Amino acid sequence: MNKFTNLIIRDIRLAVRQGSAFTMTLSFFVVAVTLYPLGVGPELNILARIGPGVLWVGALLSCLLTLDRIFQADFEDGSLDQLMLGSLPIELMTLAKIIAHWLTSVVPLILITPILAVSLNMPADGIWVMMLALLVGSPVLSLIGAVGAGLTVGMRRGGVLLSLLVLPLYIPVLIFGVAAVEAAIAVLPMGPHILLLAGLSLGALVICPIAAAAALRLAVE
Amino acid sequence: MAVDLHKFANPARFLRITSAIFPWAAIVTVLLLAVGLYLALFASPEDYQQGATVRIMFVHVPAAWMAMSIYVMMAISSATGLIWKHPVADLSAKAAAPIGACFTFLALVTGSLWGQPMWGTFWVWDARLTSMLILFFLYLGYMAIWGSFDDQSKAGKAAAILVLIGAINVPIIKFSVDWWNTLHQPASVATMDGPKIHSSILTPLLVMGLAYTSLFLTIFIIRVKAEILGRRLRILRLAHVED
Repeated sequence: MNKFTNLIIRDIRLAVRQGSAFTMTLSFFVVAVTLYPLGVGPELNILARIGPGVLWVGALLSCLLTLDRIFQADFEDGSLDQLMLGSLPIELMTLAKIIAHWLTSVVPLILITPILAVSLNMPADGIWVMMLALLVGSPVLSLIGAVGAGLTVGMRRGGVLLSLLVLPLYIPVLIFGVAAVEAAIAVLPMGPHILLLAGLSLGALVICPIAAAAALRLAVE
Repeated sequence: MAVDLHKFANPARFLRITSAIFPWAAIVTVLLLAVGLYLALFASPEDYQQGATVRIMFVHVPAAWMAMSIYVMMAISSATGLIWKHPVADLSAKAAAPIGACFTFLALVTGSLWGQPMWGTFWVWDARLTSMLILFFLYLGYMAIWGSFDDQSKAGKAAAILVLIGAINVPIIKFSVDWWNTLHQPASVATMDGPKIHSSILTPLLVMGLAYTSLFLTIFIIRVKAEILGRRLRILRLAHVED
């Protein structure tokens, strides 16, 4: 367990000291969301209608941008081989890296969401549920993304392939995430959607580290 | 399991068996397609509401069946490849993928051609259309990952991991998209109380389904053969270079 937490701390420390990691993802998220009002026009009722979807799609794409960071740098400098030879099972090692990715790349997006939601004219009830839905559903993004990242690690032009592999699998999260927020705005029960998101997260938590570990074994073979 | 899978793992035996099946599969395909298309396009009655447009269904519905069953077949085949290191299994999943993608594309195109007169638009973001489109993307991703590895055995394993993750996801995607929006008519052939449609329409539909299945088998045999022979050819070329 100690090794597990140490690995998470190491990855977070690397991301923090690199500095640009946080700001880059956040800036991308903010810029991407800003493009929508410019594209569809500034009418507040239209923005309120598309707000949940815009924020979720923005979060999906921002997460996608950082996926290659999970394994790529460690693969290039050889630390990945070192980690895989270590006593920590590869599945747990992948899980630790996934948790670190979620904490450094996805949680900042959740924290900045309220400000963007206000700019999209989202009612206050919606904003809280938006954050809750992101908190419950976004682990799926890191988990499924890690499988894609593992499969494309060490590949030239892996990024484009990664998005083709991963984005279709993100669709259920997008659908239930948006449904939860829209239900909350319409004062309908949003519990089932949140529970479904939690179910997706737990399912992915079981399957994805195993699949990502299999992909990594293949990559360093 | 009574059947010894490893018996068919030998590519030479696999080639012998498939070569014996191939001519029959080709003949059956031609016969069934001819009968099915005649029944579907000429003999079946016009719908009182949809007119002749209903006949698009005979091309569309079996294509959608094939699109889904081929994905399932690829998943089973890939699992076999991963678990038993069955050398032909990866190749068979690889060979099936483009055929499945073509059937998916066919289902999408015929669906939108039917949608134009019926729903008044070529494309609607209806649940089934959307999940077929996503299935098409999954096929494209699968084929892309085969193309991006130099080492074929690595590519086979990576593609197998991907298709298995996809296979777990397909029902979830289907369910979530159904929840999201539904305009397409609900299932009417495979229901618990038996088929809900009249036999004058059901018969051509089933004949077309069988014709597509045997068409798949025919093309599949050609493609797997080409894969196995291609692999042999590469080895021979390599031996030639070494001399």
